[in-house]
Amino acid sequence: MPDLHFTSAHATDEERSALDAFLDAQVPRRDLLLPALHAVNDRVGWISPGALNLVSERLDVAPAEVYGVATFYAMFSLKEQPPKIVHVCDDIACQMNGADALCAELERTCGNAGTPSKDGSFTWLRSPCLGLCERAPAAIVIEAGPQAFGRAVAPMNAGDVTSLAQGGAIGSASRNGASRPNIGGGPYKLLARVGKIDPEDIDAYRSHGGYAALRRALELGPAGVVREVIASKLVGRGGAAFPTGRKMDAVAKEAVRPHYLVCNADESEPGTFKDRVVMENDPFAVIEAMTIAALGAACEQGFIYVRGEYPLAAARLANAIAQARTRGLLGDDILGKGFNFDIEIRRGAGAYICGEETALFNSIEGKRGEPRNKPPFPAQVGVFGKPTLANNVETLVCLPLIILEGGDAFARIGTESSTGPKLFCLSGCVEKPGVYEVPFGTTLGALIEMGGGVRGGKSLRSVLLGGAAGSFVGPDALSMPLTFEATRAAGTTLGSGVVMAFDDSVDFGHTLHRIAAFFRDESCGQCVPCRVGTVRQEEALHRIASTPSNNRKIDVDLLADIGRVMRDASICGLGQTAAGAIDSALKLGLLA
Amino acid sequence: MIVPHAPAEAPARTLELTIDGKTVAVTEGMTLLEACRKAAIETPTLCYLENLTPVNACRVCVVEVEGSRVLVPSCARKAEAGMVVKTDSERVRHSRKMVLEFLGSSVDLSTAPDAQRYIAQYDADPSRYGADAETVAQPVKVDNELYVRDYSKCIACYKCVEACGTDAQNTFAIAMAGRGFGAHISTEFEVPLPDSACVYCGNCIGVCPTGALMFRSEHEMRESGSWNEKEQTTTDTICSYCGVGCTLTLHVQDNSIVKVTSPIENGVTSGHLCVKGRFGAAYVQNTE
Repeated sequence: MPDLHFTSAHATDEERSALDAFLDAQVPRRDLLLPALHAVNDRVGWISPGALNLVSERLDVAPAEVYGVATFYAMFSLKEQPPKIVHVCDDIACQMNGADALCAELERTCGNAGTPSKDGSFTWLRSPCLGLCERAPAAIVIEAGPQAFGRAVAPMNAGDVTSLAQGGAIGSASRNGASRPNIGGGPYKLLARVGKIDPEDIDAYRSHGGYAALRRALELGPAGVVREVIASKLVGRGGAAFPTGRKMDAVAKEAVRPHYLVCNADESEPGTFKDRVVMENDPFAVIEAMTIAALGAACEQGFIYVRGEYPLAAARLANAIAQARTRGLLGDDILGKGFNFDIEIRRGAGAYICGEETALFNSIEGKRGEPRNKPPFPAQVGVFGKPTLANNVETLVCLPLIILEGGDAFARIGTESSTGPKLFCLSGCVEKPGVYEVPFGTTLGALIEMGGGVRGGKSLRSVLLGGAAGSFVGPDALSMPLTFEATRAAGTTLGSGVVMAFDDSVDFGHTLHRIAAFFRDESCGQCVPCRVGTVRQEEALHRIASTPSNNRKIDVDLLADIGRVMRDASICGLGQTAAGAIDSALKLGLLA
Repeated sequence: MIVPHAPAEAPARTLELTIDGKTVAVTEGMTLLEACRKAAIETPTLCYLENLTPVNACRVCVVEVEGSRVLVPSCARKAEAGMVVKTDSERVRHSRKMVLEFLGSSVDLSTAPDAQRYIAQYDADPSRYGADAETVAQPVKVDNELYVRDYSKCIACYKCVEACGTDAQNTFAIAMAGRGFGAHISTEFEVPLPDSACVYCGNCIGVCPTGALMFRSEHEMRESGSWNEKEQTTTDTICSYCGVGCTLTLHVQDNSIVKVTSPIENGVTSGHLCVKGRFGAAYVQNTE
C-alpha cells in the first residue's frame, strides 16, 4: 500500500477508545474492516470523518475505500444521527399487518423517517423485511453506547409509537419473543429443542442430545461424514437447492489450504425467519453442525455471517461459541481427537445482497458486498480465494440428524428427490404464523391448515412461495406437494421456504410496488441490468398502478423486456430473480 | 552472483470452440471476447479495457454459451474446448439492447461515441422509459485546474477506480460508494479532489469511456463551443520530463495542444501517464 493521505478530521476520544478496544487484541487486517466499523458505530451510532480516518489508518486501507465500504451498508450512517435508531419494517408481511398505519402514526407524532425525532432522542427508518414476520408488524431498536444493544419489538403496536413519541423505551425483554417461539408441524427433528431448553446453557444442550453427533462424526472420520451426507441426498436450504454432499466432497478434495467453512446466516429474503428461530433458540446446534461440516470438508476456520438485524441471534451464537471453546468443543484438538477448528462471527450491516455467497465472501474480506462472477465456484475459489464450503443455517443443522440417524434414514424422510424435514416460514394472512417443520411432500394446503387457515374467515387469493425472489401461486396450487420437484414442475420455487398467504382484501398493487422497491433498494449497483433494471421496473409498476387496466399494455410489455434482461444478464441471483414475483403476479391477474 | 534461469514456460495449448457456427482455434487462457475478436466478430464493450482487470459490470458484451442458464460476459469468461457460443442470437441482442437503453435513459452519453454507435447498431430506444425516468443527472464537479468530473455522464464502469488503484496508479483516491442506482464514484465523504489523495496523473481520464472525466481545458472548450475534434491532429512524441520515455500523443487544434494521451498498446505506458506527461505540456507553447 502507498502512504495514505488523510483529511484533517480527527477521531474523538470515544471513537478512538471504541476502536482500540476492538483492535488492540488483533493483528490489523483488511478483513477486520466491517467489524471495526461496527465497533465505532456500536459506540457512537455513526461513522464520522475522523473515525473513518482512524479506521483507515489502523487497518492501512485508503479512506476512499473505507468510505466505499461503509456507504454500502444500510445500517451504517455517514451522517451524524441520534444513538437510537428504530428500524420499522414496512415490507410485505408487515404491510399486511398494519405497518403502514404505524408508519403514518410515527410520521405524525415523531417526524419523518430518516430525520431525528421531534425530541431528538431517536431516528426511525423504514426497513426491508426484518425476519420477524411471524410477529408482524415488527421493528428493531438499535441503540449505540458503551453497552450497545439491539432488540426486537414484535409485534409493534400503537402504544409503542406513543411511548417513543414521549421519549420512552420500547421493546422490553419480555417481548423479545424468543422464549416462546411460534413453531408448529412435526415431528420435530430440527426444532426438537426450540423453546424447550435454555439457549444460553451448553449443559442444557448436551442433556438434550447435543454433541452426540459430533462424537459420532469424529468416529466416522471425514470420509465417513461426507459419505453419510451424500447418502442423505440433502440439498441446500438457502434457496439454490444444490446437493450438499457434492459440495462438501469437492471442498474436501481440494489440495489448496486452508479450507474455510462459511455459515450463511444472512437471512434476508423477505418472509424468511426460520434460521433466526433456530439461531436464537438452539444456537449450539448451529455450532455443532458447523464443526461436523468442517470435519467433513477439512476446514480449519469457520465464519458465521449473521445479518445485522439479528442482534439476539448474534449474541446467542457468540455465547455458544465461547462456551464450546471452554469445553474443548471448538479450537485445537476438539474432543481430544486431533481435529482443529474454530469459528468467528461476522455481523452484516444491512445488505440483502450479502446473502449471495460470493457477495458474502467479499463482505467478510472487508470489501463492498458485490457478488463475483461464477465460475470460479466457491469450492475452488471462495473466501480469501481459498476453497470454501458455504451453507445455509438450516442446511447445516440437518447434519447432526444425518450423522446420528444415518444418511439413508434421512433420505427416507420426504420424497425421492426432496429428502429430510423442512422448515417453512408461514406468514401473512393466516391464523398462526410461524416456523413449521414438516417432511417434504406436505401439500401447500395442508401447511396453511396447520397454521389455522386464512384468518378472519376470508378467502385465500394467493400465496407467495420463496419470498421476493420467488413467485406467487393461486389457490389452485393448494394441492401441490411442497417439494423441489413439484414446485419446479409448476414453474415456481420453494426458495428459502417462504409461504406467505394473501387473502382477498390485499391490495396487490401496493404489494408488488413494495417488492419492486425492495429490489431497487437492495441492488448492489454493480451490473447495469440490475442497477437500472430494478429502477425501471419500479417506475413501470408505479405507472401501472395509476393506469386503468385496459391501458397498461405498453408498461406490461416493458416489464417483460426489463425482466428478461435482468434474468439473462445480471451477475447474480438478485438481479436474475428480481422480476420473478412481479411477473408471476401479473400472469395470475392479481392486479385489479 | 548466479541468477537462476526462469523455468521454461509450458507451451500454450490451443483449444477449439464454436462461435456462431464457425470453429475458432484460440490459445488456452484467452477470453471469449478475445476469441470473438480473433474470429473477427465485433463485440461491444464499455467497462472492458485491455490494460485493466475485467470487472464485467456493464454486461453489454454478453454472449450465449450452450449449457449455461444465463448469458455470460465474454470479457471475463475464459474460452473452453468444445464451447458452443452464440453472439448474435435474439437473446443476446435483447440483453445488449436493453443494457444500452438502460444506460441511454439514465446517463448523458453525449460524449460517449462508442455507446452512441452501439445504441444505433442495436436499435435501442432509451426514450421509451418516458420523460420521468430517473437519471444520474447532477452538476459538474469542477474543483481543480486540471480536470473535471461530470458524473451525469458516468456509467459506473469502475475503470477509473481500477486505474487509480492496483491496475495502474496505486493511489486509491476514489472508490465506488453507495449502493444500487445510487452507487457512484467518490472520494471519502465526497471531499473535493485537492483534499483527497489524488495525484492528478489523469489515468482515470485516460480510461473513461464516456467523457465523464475530462481535461478542464476540453470541458471549457466544449462549453464555449470551440472544441472541434474534426479539426484536430495527433502527433506522437516522447515525454521530455524524465528518463522513462513515455510516448505522448499530442492532440492539437489551431496549433495548440488541447489534450495529451498515450497509446494503450504502448509497451512503456500501457496508456497510463503521470501528472507531468498528462498535464505538463503548456511550456511547449510558452512564447516568453
